Amino acid sequence: MRNYVLKRLLQLIPILLVITFLSFGMMRLAGSDAVLQKMENTGMVVSQEVIDKARAELGLDKPFLTQYFVWLKNLLHGDMGTSYISGKEVFPTFLSKLPATLLLTAVSIGLTIVISIPLGVLAAVKQNRFTDYLIRFCSFIGNSMPNFFVALLLMFFFSIRLGWFPVISDGVGAKSVALPALTLAIAMSAKYLRQVRATVLDELGKSYVTGARARGVRFSVTLVRSVLKASLVTIITLLTLSIGSLLGGTAIVESIFLWDGVGKLAVDAISMRDYPMIQAYVMWMAIIYVGINLITDLSYRLLDPRIRLGGMEV
Amino acid sequence: MSTPEKKRIRGRLIFFSLLALGLLLAAVFADRLTPFDPNAQDMSASLQAPGGVHLAGTDRFGRDMFSRILVGLRTSLLATLTLVAVITVAGTVAGVLAGYLGGAPDAVLMRISDVCLAFPGLVFAMAIAALLNGGIGNAVLALALISWPKYARIARSQTLTVKSSNYIAAVRLSGSGPVKMIGKHILPNILGPVLVTSMLDIGTMLMELAGLSFLGLGAQPPTAELGNMMSGGRSMLQTYPWVVLGPGVAIFITVVVFNLLGDAVRDYLDPHSGKR
Repeated sequence: MRNYVLKRLLQLIPILLVITFLSFGMMRLAGSDAVLQKMENTGMVVSQEVIDKARAELGLDKPFLTQYFVWLKNLLHGDMGTSYISGKEVFPTFLSKLPATLLLTAVSIGLTIVISIPLGVLAAVKQNRFTDYLIRFCSFIGNSMPNFFVALLLMFFFSIRLGWFPVISDGVGAKSVALPALTLAIAMSAKYLRQVRATVLDELGKSYVTGARARGVRFSVTLVRSVLKASLVTIITLLTLSIGSLLGGTAIVESIFLWDGVGKLAVDAISMRDYPMIQAYVMWMAIIYVGINLITDLSYRLLDPRIRLGGMEV
Repeated sequence: MSTPEKKRIRGRLIFFSLLALGLLLAAVFADRLTPFDPNAQDMSASLQAPGGVHLAGTDRFGRDMFSRILVGLRTSLLATLTLVAVITVAGTVAGVLAGYLGGAPDAVLMRISDVCLAFPGLVFAMAIAALLNGGIGNAVLALALISWPKYARIARSQTLTVKSSNYIAAVRLSGSGPVKMIGKHILPNILGPVLVTSMLDIGTMLMELAGLSFLGLGAQPPTAELGNMMSGGRSMLQTYPWVVLGPGVAIFITVVVFNLLGDAVRDYLDPHSGKR
């Protein structure tokens, strides 16, 4: 197990290099030169000499790869440059907004699990009966609405019409997190529920289920002890796979509900073309995503003895 | 599979094809169908509720919402179909070539798609669209860049399956060249799964494209596009909800129709997948 973890951590290095390289390269591709951009933002008119000197100070006259390694070195020291707009350091700003987004993500995942696992299992057990059709119909509807539409609908009915929740989040609290988390959970559950249903159906179709029934084992016992346990690995994998779209979704939802997390920070940065901030957001989201995938892979081994003992240790 | 069920699936396919075709025609001929000029401002008629002359109400500038939704649907739907066509073709070509050639090209393609799949797609699309400075064309490009690997993977795995089958060995023995082999024997056999994927993707892509526009990374006002119309009217949700909800309902209906069409295509081409 320890060797496996080590190996996976080593495999991370090239992926992280690619992520950082792409994030860095994208900034350059934008054709935005930090010096010119800053001058433009402050509205200063300066001579070419001043520009050249500022460029030399920032190392912008060096070759691309050299610049990348300098940037990477600074990155390791937690220095991601300063925002073009606010002039504040990017990394601390990003870090200060991260907890709000993590909270929102965690609540959404929690809600998704609470909504979709019971409903998915129920739909599988009642396959092709009314309950199944109803659940699938709801999932279809949820799948056909973009999350910003869901967000605005929830806001319209629950905040404006019913007044149960604040229209604009007033800080990080239970009431403020409810609607944005529900929005994300609806979009996620609609997809996830189907996958849970399909996984459980697959498992229910196996012969051991029939065997257990023939031996007189109560169905609920088979369901909980065997079917659910066996489906768990697939269910967890599918959940983590959908976290990627969840991370992207937080940006829109946060900016609609004015939830003060990194998603809103990114959308604001995008609208003002604040490239260092966009860069930080993309890079960290990619790293978080890769990290989640790694944890998932590792958790299989705890959940499924076949993988732990099997020939995966190549 | 029984014949009545086959008939039912075919009926469903035809029904949703017609609905989708109807939407597409409405989008293409939006200019002729709009009851009002979608960009004509009439301040005296601003923010009227739906009903009466203005079916879906009017926006802040007195522009007819129904006309704007139709024109917006044209922008959204045509951009989406372009996007899906581009990623289907690009992904299939890359995947078939990689699967057919094997070796280095295959390894390169797989690594590229690994990298693409290692990133949270929408986050990257947002960044790319932002770097390209918005615009509906750039939003399409951004989504295309992150979406094609999925098609490449499907086309590749299908090609590998087909390649190892006996009839391909027979074709090879009879002396067919690579072009004829791919064009006449491999492509037709792998197109089914690729086509199903792209049909099912239309709805998703429409929503993602509208999402980018909603964030200001797609079509720019005054071009009407369903996503940016919703974003533009956001502040009026409390008082004049139809300005926001109208385009949302249009997105919803379009996505529903195309998703149902996708399901029908899937059931028609592969009757077993939907049976679970």
